[in-house]
Amino acid sequence: MTTSHTAIHVENLTRDFGKVRALDGLSLDVPAGIIFGFLGPNGAGKTTTLNLLLGLLEPTAGHAVVLGFDTRTQADEVRARSGALLEHPGLYEQLSAEDNLEFYGRVYRLPPAERRGRIKELLTHMGLWERRRDSAGKWSKGMKQKLALARALLHRPALIFLDEPTAGLDVQAAVAVRDDLSSLAAREGVTVFLTTHNMTEAEKLCGRVAVIRQGKLVAVGHPDELRARSGTPHVEIVGRGFHEQALALLRARPEVASAEVHNGRLVIELHQETEAAPLVSLLVSAGAQVEEVRHGKASLEEVFLTLMEEEK
Amino acid sequence: MIADILTVMWKEWKEFLTRRGRTRGTILTLLVLLAPFSIFFPLQMGRDWVESPVALGFALWMPLFLVPGVVADSFAGERERHTLETLLASRLSDRAILFGKTGAAVIYGWGLTLAATLLALITVNVSFRGGELLLYPPAISLGIAVSSLLTAWLAAGIGVLVSLRASSVRQAQQSMSIAMMLLLFVPVFGVQALPDEWRAHLAVILTAVNVTMAVLGAAVLVVALDVGLLAGAMMRFRRARLVLG
Repeated sequence: MTTSHTAIHVENLTRDFGKVRALDGLSLDVPAGIIFGFLGPNGAGKTTTLNLLLGLLEPTAGHAVVLGFDTRTQADEVRARSGALLEHPGLYEQLSAEDNLEFYGRVYRLPPAERRGRIKELLTHMGLWERRRDSAGKWSKGMKQKLALARALLHRPALIFLDEPTAGLDVQAAVAVRDDLSSLAAREGVTVFLTTHNMTEAEKLCGRVAVIRQGKLVAVGHPDELRARSGTPHVEIVGRGFHEQALALLRARPEVASAEVHNGRLVIELHQETEAAPLVSLLVSAGAQVEEVRHGKASLEEVFLTLMEEEK
Repeated sequence: MIADILTVMWKEWKEFLTRRGRTRGTILTLLVLLAPFSIFFPLQMGRDWVESPVALGFALWMPLFLVPGVVADSFAGERERHTLETLLASRLSDRAILFGKTGAAVIYGWGLTLAATLLALITVNVSFRGGELLLYPPAISLGIAVSSLLTAWLAAGIGVLVSLRASSVRQAQQSMSIAMMLLLFVPVFGVQALPDEWRAHLAVILTAVNVTMAVLGAAVLVVALDVGLLAGAMMRFRRARLVLG
């Protein structure tokens, strides 16, 4: 069951399409109030999971509880309390932006005055208010995506599902959508379930991520935790005077796994993430000159690639 | 539930009226359909248009031409334009979506038929008034209202079923055209294809039958068909099936 602190609880969720197993025994919890990244390559089962969580598909086995409602038996309740931006923006392109939101405002039974106010608030926040009477079909892809995001948030849902919201957008539009998403999610306290294969996006937005491959969960945690799990943390120091005596002092410290000079840079491998300041102080006291210190962490992209390789 | 149905109908009409490139086509279609029914034939027939049941025949037939163009787009169009998944992911119930789309098409076909019947009455009154106001007799008026509603519903029911199964609007329109042709021409050509002896026998039965009872019987049959089609559409409407296309 979900608690007030858990927006989504999934247990052994499985979905077959004929002989193909699209999702294989997925179990995870999504805490309320965060942006949760659901990462995986194309065809990993992200969209299937999203459709299952929205109650649009029935699971072959297992179950999911979203906002306290079973998706198999109470899908209407789930859909009433959540918003969605699916693979396509799903906008009525002949209708104006305002009418698109007006329709969904009516669908979610917002009273007329509140509906008008909310439409103005969201379109203004996204810089689209001046063009509210244009047909949505005349807008750029980025603007359509922003409008679809506004539609998902219109009725102040407790949870929104976003299926690759920046896919196919140019860099500028993707950044704009990400900024809007981040600010609106923070302002409205909404839980966001975000599927993506864009690691930079996940790294920037998500408080917690899960990685799936071929329908199976391969990792879940805070991006920093995943980074820490994959690859050795290290510190790179640029400077002069890294003589053997200084290196011996470093190697004697318990947090240091190794200390070697490569191409004039001192690379200190650590047993775990730790502060670099005490190590720098030690080097300086041993007579070394330090110009630059860099913490070496695997990027989420590297973690993702490692996980994909491990599974192979 | 009613509010949700009206919301879907609001969207359907709004979309229909604003569909790109549709305005000229719609006006042309309406002119082609309305001009003979509301102006040409009433002018030709004069007072007989109002006093005979011929207007009833036109009212029965007209929705079968008006409704298919609208209803074919209902599900197939949403699927083609990728708006269906978002609609299905909303809080709207299956019935609200289905009844809203069907209702929008029914009211479009029925409303236009009633408006055309009224326009025909105005044409006759303007052209042939002999000092008194000409009106359809009450039985004909009721017949026009009920029969055009039932045939609009019939066309919408067939259309929604076709649109639910079709992968594109074009495919839905083609299937609808075939269905409407069958509905219109099979009875006519079917009777003509019968052997002379059978036709004579049928004529004897028809002349012997009570007209009121026959009309009521036909109405009950169409209502049964309408209800059956709607039930079929409800059975066919499965979110998972629609999401997977």
